Parts: sequence; structure tokens; C-alpha cells
Amino acid sequence: MTAAVEASVVTPERIETPAWQSLRRFAADRFSMAAGIVVLIFVLMAILAPWFAPQDPYETDLLRRLQPPAWMEGGEWSYVLGCDALGRDILSRIIYGTRISITIGLAVVLIATVIGTVLGLAAGYLRGWVDIAISRVIDILLGFPYLIFAIALMAMMGPGLQNIILALVYKEWVVPARVVRGEVLAAREMEYVEAARAVGAPRLHIMFREILPNILSSVIVVSTIRMAHVIILEASLSFLGIGVQPPTASWGSMVADGRAFILDAWWVSTFPGIAILALVLSINVASQGLRDAFDPKFSD
Amino acid sequence: MSVAQPHPLLEIRNLEKVYQLNSGLLQRIARQPPLSLRAVDKVTFSVKAGETLGLIGESGCGKSTLARTVLRLHEPTGGSITFDGTDITKLPQKDMTALRRRMQIIFQDPYASLNPRKSVEDIVGLPLALHGLAHRREIRDRVVAMLESVGLKTAHLGRFPHQFSGGQRQRIGIARALILNPSFVVCDEPVSALDVSVQAQIIALLESLKRELGLTYLFISHDIGVIGHVSDRIAVMYLGDIVEIGPARELLREPKHPYTKALLSAVPQIDAGAKRERVKLTGDLPSPLAPPPGCKFHTRCPFAVDRCRRQVPALRNVGSDRTAACHLVDAA
Amino acid sequence: MHSTRSSATDMSAPLLSVRSLKTCFPTRAGLVTAVDGVDLDVYPGECLGIVGESGSGKSVTFASVIGLVRSPGYVAEGSIRFGGVDLRRLDSNGWRRLRGRDIAMTMQDALTALNPALTVAEQIEEVLLAHAEDLPKRGRQAAVRERAIEMLRLVGIPAPAKRIDDYPHQFSGGMRQRIMIAIALSCRPKLLIADEPTTALDVTIQAQVLDLISDLRRELGMSVVLITHDLGVVAEHTDRVAVMYAGQVVEAGPTRELIDRPKHPYTRGLIGLIPRLSDLDAPIRPIEGQVPELIGLGGICRFYDRCEFRASKCRTDISMIDVGPDHRARCIRVEEILQ
Repeated sequence: MTAAVEASVVTPERIETPAWQSLRRFAADRFSMAAGIVVLIFVLMAILAPWFAPQDPYETDLLRRLQPPAWMEGGEWSYVLGCDALGRDILSRIIYGTRISITIGLAVVLIATVIGTVLGLAAGYLRGWVDIAISRVIDILLGFPYLIFAIALMAMMGPGLQNIILALVYKEWVVPARVVRGEVLAAREMEYVEAARAVGAPRLHIMFREILPNILSSVIVVSTIRMAHVIILEASLSFLGIGVQPPTASWGSMVADGRAFILDAWWVSTFPGIAILALVLSINVASQGLRDAFDPKFSD
Repeated sequence: MSVAQPHPLLEIRNLEKVYQLNSGLLQRIARQPPLSLRAVDKVTFSVKAGETLGLIGESGCGKSTLARTVLRLHEPTGGSITFDGTDITKLPQKDMTALRRRMQIIFQDPYASLNPRKSVEDIVGLPLALHGLAHRREIRDRVVAMLESVGLKTAHLGRFPHQFSGGQRQRIGIARALILNPSFVVCDEPVSALDVSVQAQIIALLESLKRELGLTYLFISHDIGVIGHVSDRIAVMYLGDIVEIGPARELLREPKHPYTKALLSAVPQIDAGAKRERVKLTGDLPSPLAPPPGCKFHTRCPFAVDRCRRQVPALRNVGSDRTAACHLVDAA
Repeated sequence: MHSTRSSATDMSAPLLSVRSLKTCFPTRAGLVTAVDGVDLDVYPGECLGIVGESGSGKSVTFASVIGLVRSPGYVAEGSIRFGGVDLRRLDSNGWRRLRGRDIAMTMQDALTALNPALTVAEQIEEVLLAHAEDLPKRGRQAAVRERAIEMLRLVGIPAPAKRIDDYPHQFSGGMRQRIMIAIALSCRPKLLIADEPTTALDVTIQAQVLDLISDLRRELGMSVVLITHDLGVVAEHTDRVAVMYAGQVVEAGPTRELIDRPKHPYTRGLIGLIPRLSDLDAPIRPIEGQVPELIGLGGICRFYDRCEFRASKCRTDISMIDVGPDHRARCIRVEEILQ
């Protein structure tokens, strides 16, 4: 119909979605990729704990009380990292503890991200009183120190896995909400949003189908970083004794258990501490890689 | 000029778009005087069915705001918009959505106006899906047909905006605007982000689509060459006002308003001898937050007299089918 | 191009002389040769226009001249001499002395070229202080500020004394462009490279800015390279012009001669697609197709795919040939086309 047909562009015929490109960039970044693999190993450990753990993490044996790691005098290779004050195998407890850290980390971040994204989208796109209301709640919640807020909630609700998740979600949603609101404020001024309005798209369509896909990458990146925070918070709560209750193995309470013997039996606290460090560090490094991979500056 | 006067497809009366700035809670507490930005200031014009009305003006003159207000993408704060005999100024959004099938817009920036996360099929098919005009399979067929008529191929369906050149993206934007078979299309600087050779291709495309589909254009541009080429009539905007309207040919040959004269004489010409005597403007566009009293152009007008500083000139007839808002132009 | 010069500057040696310049960018898809064998001369006091569309290499050519090719791009071949100095051998100290003072460049995108974290005053004063040997040591700060305000006034910023302490985002796009021109001109350079200086500006402002550049050129005896896509601007403001396409100069000559008697099919196409106010009925004829990818070109005329005069003998590397007084074009069919 029209004579003015441009020659086809020199792009590959293969369909390259923007998300696929980001993943490819992530895979090309070796350092982050390695961190991602470490995180994956932790996740596998959590799921397959019974297969990984050499011993029953709950079996007490007072004869092995504070048994040192295998390479020290009195150590034993079937209890590689030694035993705690009740003679339980530390390695097995760390492996089972992964379940708690990752379950809570994932659950809190997932729930908080969903809530925060919806509220952030509403505040950023609808503006007006919705924005004012949500933003005020965010400001108020930001005024409380996170840990103290969680301790207070735990004190009211009592211990337990569900309650920890709730206590952390109560405040955690603020983070994705603020990020999403900011991103939406920028995205709503884009011409493609106006273009969608011009063809008669309703508000929900614009919020969830036009804007959300464009800010999803920042949401994912922030959520990953936050997962590391949440894992530390859970460990802190457990350390303080108001988190997961014994005898359930949790890294935080394991560190707390060893406090009394830190000079005589350093391994009781140190190994769970290293586990926390390793997981949190890997998550942080991997999320940095994700951020770089999603950064539109690197898009071609 | 026009023999059988076709009824205007779009009629704009005293249209106003005022943005209230400084009206936040803090400013109110601090007792700051509210500032109002009169982006579109009591504008009156009409677009006849089948014609192209060109709208020129410099950046910040309010031409893009005007375009968006006409389509009610921005809500007008005064005046009326009549589209095909219906007053749509206060139409509820639900009825407006139905009307959007008939009034569409092509955006300036082919990079920003396409959602980077959506495929061409989704972008061009969206209007059909939203208006429930076609089933899934049918949508693809119609998208393919539309792509072909803007010079793209079926193979492009699954691609994403970043895989196209600027000109091709603008074609996608055109396909999206035209797939609902609108009668009225606002072209908001559709070629100013493109290279000259691509510009010519897109202009040619827009013109051929107009002929084939019987479209009516409100064509906005700051490029007078482009406007002169595509328009039947031209409106000139300055600081939220329309200062002159007339048939393209006559207006360009013999501009009446001093601003139009200055604008035309500033366009660089490649033909030696085509150069008009320069009407030099001094100074810069005044802030639209505090427009000058009287004629808004008097601060830069080389011909301004005392009266211009006091009295706002009204648009009046200055020739057959021509109007201008200037005290110094003789009325016809 | 070598012998081409305007009559006014006939006696002098070129201020800037570029020979067989080749600039490459490695990309995932292959080595992009953005500039391929460009020869240019800029004589003292003249204004040379560089016309081309995006991807023609016009900006990269001058980024190469001023040593600011973006990594991973690099100048692969050729010589660049400025007032007797071989710019390709310059170390970073040499560049620091040269840039800003002897050669200044204004960028197309004023928003990203200005530092958003510094006030306009800080940005102009920075350049002035770096090169202000002529200002007295005592009260230099005040003198520099005064000159900065003067520069802003010169480029038409209203209330310059007040606005000089604003940040770039507080100015409109046009104003930012002027600020950049003010920064570029603040040290009165011998050569101003203006990369699309008015693309973001309105016509009335564009006219003011171009007039300003022309006036300053005459006043300071400065040479100007005006990079633009607008042939109208070239026609009104330059002495000579080089048309670039796909990394090469395809036609060069005195401006009026080139526009009135274009020889290369691309130049003819460019002129043909400009809507003219003087003749509204003249149809604008698009050049079909697109600029070729700048990877692995060679062995064929670069305009081949889009050329309406293409023939089998165009399937070879084409070099510039004389087609008129001081007028050269990169087309071997010129004679046949003109008949």
C-alpha cells in the first residue's frame, strides 16, 4: 500500500525478550553467577535436608557434649563440625537451620513484595488521597526501628514460625512499596502510558499491564537484597530467644546456644555464624549482579 | 476557499487548561500565593472533516497540551470541545472510552511511546482487545493487515520495540493509532524525532493513509517546512494563545501577525533568494507563569506600540477565512 | 576536499587538517567502522558545515578530532593536525591545555553534557579558571564570575546575574543549549565544533544562536565546524560543506555551489526531500531504504542499495573525484547521471 518500506532491520530473527536479555547478561557475570550458585546450594540443602544431614539434628547424646570438630583432638569425622552442649551434630543442625532461614526469608519477602507492589502501584498511579494515606502509613512505619518493632509484635503474638513471618511482613512491605511508588511516578509520565490511555485502557490495565512489567526488574532486585536483611532479622530474633523455639534448629538460636562456651567450645557459635554470613553475602552479591543485568543502561 | 463548507468535525471554543502550581499543603501553610500556569488560554478553532489543520508554535507554547486536552487525555479547565456534533467536554470517562475509537493520537517520541516490554502484536492489538472488537485470532489478522499498510511485515509481530529503527517504531505507533479506524487523528510532532530521509518517508505514509482512510488530522509541529507541506490550514500558537489561523498557502505567502512573520523569516532556506527579510525577535519566551499583560507577544515584537502593552488583542477577520490577533493588522 | 577552500581564506594554511581518518567501534555484532577514510580541512575564520543523518559518522569524526571517542571506540588510522600539532600524539596534559582553550565543542544533548550537580556558574568558571592566563591573579574569582555572567548574557540568558547560580535542570532545553555554547565560547577558542547546536531549539531561537555563532566567528576570527542535519542551516551559515553518508564524505565543496549543483545522488536526494516554503506543491521525495550497517562494508558504493542510478560498475570501492571548481564527489557515474 505504501511505497515507503524500510529495509528490514539488521536484528536477528530470534525473538529476544527484554527479560531474556537480562538473564543472559546475568549468566555472563561470573562472580554473581557463582554467588547465585551458592544460594542455590543453600536452597537445595533446605529442601533435601534429610539427605544432606549426616546425623539426626535432634538426637542428643550427652557423651558427645561439646565434642570438637573432626580435625581437632577428640573430634570424629562423622561429626565434622563438632557437637553442641546437648551433643547434637552441629553440621546437621546447620543444614536443617537452612530451612528456617530460607522459608522465612522467602515467605516474608514474597508476601511483602506482593503487598508493597500493589500499594506502591496504587499510591504512585492513582495519587490523591490514596497516595497520601499510603505514604503516611509508610512514614509512620519507617519511624520505628525494625528490630524493636518486630520484638514488640512477637511479644504480643507469641513465638512461632507464622508469627515471625507476620511480625516481619508488618514492616517489610514498606520497602517494595516505596520503591514501586517511586518507579511508578516516573513511569506514569512516559508516553506509552499516555498512549494506552489514548486507546481507552482502564486504570487497572495501565497499572498492572503497562507499568508493572517495566518496573518488575527493580522490584525483583530490591526483593532479593531484602531477603538477606530478613534472614539476618530472623536470626536476630531467634538469637534473642523470641524467634523459632527450641528444639527446632535455627541459626540464630544456635549462635545464642554457644554464647556461654565461646571460649572453650568456639565451634558451637562460629559455624552457624559462618552459615549466616555465607548465605547473606551470596544473596547480596547475586542481587548486585541482578541489578546490573536489569539496568537499562546496559540494554542494547 | 472551500466551496461546500463541510461541517466541522472538531470545534473548540474558549478551551482552557490551567495548571495550579504551588497548591500543595506545604505551600498553603506557608501562605504562598497560588501560581497558575495557563498552558492553553481560551483557544478557539475548528477542524473540518477531511482537512489537515497544522498547528505550529515553539516549545512551551502549549501546542502539545492543547492536543492532549482536545482528546481529554488532560482534563480541560474551561471552554468546550465538540466532536462530530457531541459536546465531549464533560463526557464521563466511560463514554469517552467508547469515543476514543474515533479520536486517536500519534506521539512524537517513537522510543517513549511504545512499551518496551511488549511485542508489536500486543502493542498494535491492544486497542482491539480493549474495545472487544475482535477475537484473539481475528486480532492477529487485523494487526498483520495494519502492519502491512504502514509498511511493516508479518515477521515483525513478535518483535520488541528495541529491535526497530526510529522510523519503524513510528510506523508501529501509527498502526496502533489507526487500527481502530478513527476519523480524527492528532499527530503530535510525529516526525521531529526522526532523520530527514526517514521524516520524508513517514510524512509520505501519513499523507497516503489520510487519502485512503479519509482521515482528518490535527498536525502539530515546530517545523514550518513540514507543516506547510501537509496542512490545508495553519494555526500559529504563542504562549497558550492562537495568534493567527488561515489557509496554509496564503498564511505562508503573506503572514499577518508579527510573530508568524518572525517565525517564517527565521526558517533557514536552502534556496538562495528564497530568504525573506528577517523579522528579528529579541529576548526569549516569557515565563508562562507570568505572561506579559496586554498582547503576550509585545515583549518580543519589533512593532509593538503602547496599546499592545495594555489591551489584549482578539482574534478577528483579516482576510477571507483568515484571522489574526494583532492590533496592528487591518481588519478585513 | 584537499584543495577546496573559500576565497576569503585562500592564502592561509588549514587550521585543522584531517587525513584518511578511520574510527572503529568493536561491538558484539562485529567491528563497526563509524568513520572510514575522511579527509577534511578547516581554514582559519571559515565555517565548515558537516551534513549527514544519524549514523553518518559526522559526530564521531569530530569526537575523534578532539580525542573524545567513547570507549571502546578508537581512532584506527589517519592523521589529525591542528595548527601544526599532531593531535593523535598528544598526551593528556597536552589535551587539557588544548581542549576548551584552543578547540571547544558543544554537544548535541545539553541535558547530559552539563553536570546536574553543579551550578551553571561553577561549570563556566571551571573552564575559565583552567585557561584564564590572561586574567589578573588578584580578584581572579570576581573577574571570572563577571566573564561568566557576560557569556550568559551574550548567549541570551535573561537575568544572567541572577540565574548563573541555578542548576542545569532549572533551565529549559533551549537555555541549556545556550549555556553550553557559553561554556564553549568562554575561552574564545580558535576552533569551535558545534555538534547540532540548534537541533533542540526553536527556529526563532535557532536563528539567534546561529547569528550569535556567526557574529562571534567574525569578531574573534574563530573557525567553526557546524555539524547539522539541516541543509537550510548549512546554506545560510557555512562557507563550505561536506556531506557525510555511512562513515564517508560523499560530497564536498563551496556551500552555494554544492546546494545549487549537487552531484552525488545522496546529496540530490537530501535536497529533494526538504519541504520548501517557497514551493509548497513540490512533492517531497523520500529516499527509500535505510543507511547500511557499518560492518564489513567495502567493495561496493555505500549508497548502492538506495541509489536510483546504481549500475554494475558501482560495485567497487569509490573514491572522491573532482566534479567542479573545488567540488568533489564520491560517485563514478556523475557524468552519466547529469545527462
